[in-house]
Amino acid sequence: MPLPTLDQLVQPDRVHRSVYTDPALFDLEMTHIFEKIWVYCGHESQVPEAGDYHTVQIGRQPMVMVRAKDRAIHVLYNRCPHRGVQLCGNQSGNTGNGFVCSYHAWSFHLDGRVRAIPLKQAYDGTRLHMDDPDCSMKPAARVASYRGFVFASLSAEGPSLEDFLGEAKVAFDDMCDRSPVGEVEAVRVCHRVMQHSNWKFFMENQLDALHPSVTHQSTGVPARRVEQRIKAEQGKAPLFFHYLSTFASSFDQWDQVQTVNFPHGHGILKAYMGLRPTDPDTVEYENLLKQAYGEAKAEEYLSRSIHHVLVYPYLSVQSPLQQLRCLRPVAPDKTISEIWHFRLKGAPEAIYRRSLWYYNLVNSPATMINADDLENWTKAQRGLESTGGEWVSLHRHHGTDTERDGVLYSSKGTSEVVMRNQFRAWSQYIGQALTADAPADTPAEAGADAACTPAPATTPAGA
Amino acid sequence: MSQQEVSQALGTGVVIEAIHSMTGAESIAPDHMGRGRMPARGYVPQPAAAVDTALQREVETLLHRQAAMLDAKAWADWTALFDDEGVYWMPSTPDQTDWMAEPSIFAEDRLLMEVRMGRLNHPNAWSQAAAWGTNHMVGGILIESATAERVEVYARFQMMELRRDVVRHFGGSYRHTLVRRGEAWKIALQRVDMTNAQALYDYVIQAWV
Repeated sequence: MPLPTLDQLVQPDRVHRSVYTDPALFDLEMTHIFEKIWVYCGHESQVPEAGDYHTVQIGRQPMVMVRAKDRAIHVLYNRCPHRGVQLCGNQSGNTGNGFVCSYHAWSFHLDGRVRAIPLKQAYDGTRLHMDDPDCSMKPAARVASYRGFVFASLSAEGPSLEDFLGEAKVAFDDMCDRSPVGEVEAVRVCHRVMQHSNWKFFMENQLDALHPSVTHQSTGVPARRVEQRIKAEQGKAPLFFHYLSTFASSFDQWDQVQTVNFPHGHGILKAYMGLRPTDPDTVEYENLLKQAYGEAKAEEYLSRSIHHVLVYPYLSVQSPLQQLRCLRPVAPDKTISEIWHFRLKGAPEAIYRRSLWYYNLVNSPATMINADDLENWTKAQRGLESTGGEWVSLHRHHGTDTERDGVLYSSKGTSEVVMRNQFRAWSQYIGQALTADAPADTPAEAGADAACTPAPATTPAGA
Repeated sequence: MSQQEVSQALGTGVVIEAIHSMTGAESIAPDHMGRGRMPARGYVPQPAAAVDTALQREVETLLHRQAAMLDAKAWADWTALFDDEGVYWMPSTPDQTDWMAEPSIFAEDRLLMEVRMGRLNHPNAWSQAAAWGTNHMVGGILIESATAERVEVYARFQMMELRRDVVRHFGGSYRHTLVRRGEAWKIALQRVDMTNAQALYDYVIQAWV
């Protein structure tokens, strides 16, 4: 069966369920999105010394980010060119002066260039030569960093990192500007959670302001009860109760929390937690920023209205609390999420601890919040396998968005403009592939048969 | 090929002995130390010199009952085992020493326990709709120090969890600090070092382990 046309998958106000379930479309996403665009590898502070490495998945490719002796950071395919054996077998560590394959001791410099091959004479007269690039570890086509955050692209073509990030750069600016020295460092702990759902659910959910008071009522309500009791007894409650109790707000309140939706699918959910209390720790911290940047700049940095910034299609950055979650799609119904946390260099410990509570309560592997998100996404994935319906509705407040210079502004916080904007980007990435990839010569073709059948077969005639 | 030709081809074997100063790999990369920086980790308990058997039994009973309360979802009874200032802490790594300084899997005082219990009991805790239960085994209970007012206990646990049709398996060690409150011992701190702490979580953990 041929691949569906773009219109059979994505329409302005709805999408076909197969965009979440179809293995052939997932393969196209790997080829035309994740293995082309800039993908987050990690923060420079994760590899402080020469030989430090961190392994990372880019699309379907196991990669390794490594620090070389000249301080440069390289991103290489984690693969020995001899027999394909992975050269780094742990998530992170130090590989010494170079990589050595555990199978036949081929060795490589930290930039991936081959260093030595055992029994070198044995290759005389063969077509294998050490100066052939095929004898070295293959590097990512492009590596770049923005304010310490390292990205790689497996495609030599395409926009620069800054052009790709566009307005979403503010995620990293906002995080770093909150440090009096303009830098953050990664906390060494990275928890990982498997989501039994398509990666899009996470990205859509992050800016879906209607879901919190439904999905998270079971946490928001008891948190509000405890918070109000403490307030009644002591006048004020620790800020972290507020992190949880806001989830119990009304639909009307969520409608006040607007979204701003950028090209490339990126977006921002504006702030709603009120993270500028007037306790002595905060006052001391704000004074540090004023000394570092001057009154006006510090005020600009501290008053940015950001809850989440999404770097589509895989990053959710909660810059005011230094949280970052990165998706690594594994299959149409499997997505690993990495949960990172950062310290503001030069900021008081109390300010770090304030953000640490958010990590512990909302993002840790024992999170009371994501427990119910994951349940929703798992059930959504299962529900969309059903042929009981073909379309996923994105109609909420459709037609009321405001567009200026390619940026879509929500009319109400709960508008599904977020998803509509993400699928606008998805269509730009995938649309060409759907027409360019002739079924006969695409590797996705094998999986396309069964999975793509429903779309053309069930598209209503009038659609 | 005749049998004789096979025999000739095989000939006589050689014997290699590990007498060279370098392995082949070392000759290629003598400077390679690529195992990463994995410091020795973990905690080995030091049993107290002499422990009153009645106290040992009392402590064992407390830990076994605590585990049974989790499996029975007797959340209120479980939280009541903690002192008013009591803390339940599951650090992310075994070498963490301050429950407020680095990321944790759980870091809860009585108030946050009340929130978690409130969630578990809420009729719209959606993830609780799926069939879900645990089975804990606690063993290797060692008292490390004991005074009339304070006891330090080390123990090991295994826990299996069933959710829908999926079984997960967790294990690790507990370190309880117990304080005397009238007739009862109350938990001032329960530290849980879970062997799976840094592993990939297939779904999150909803209740205390």
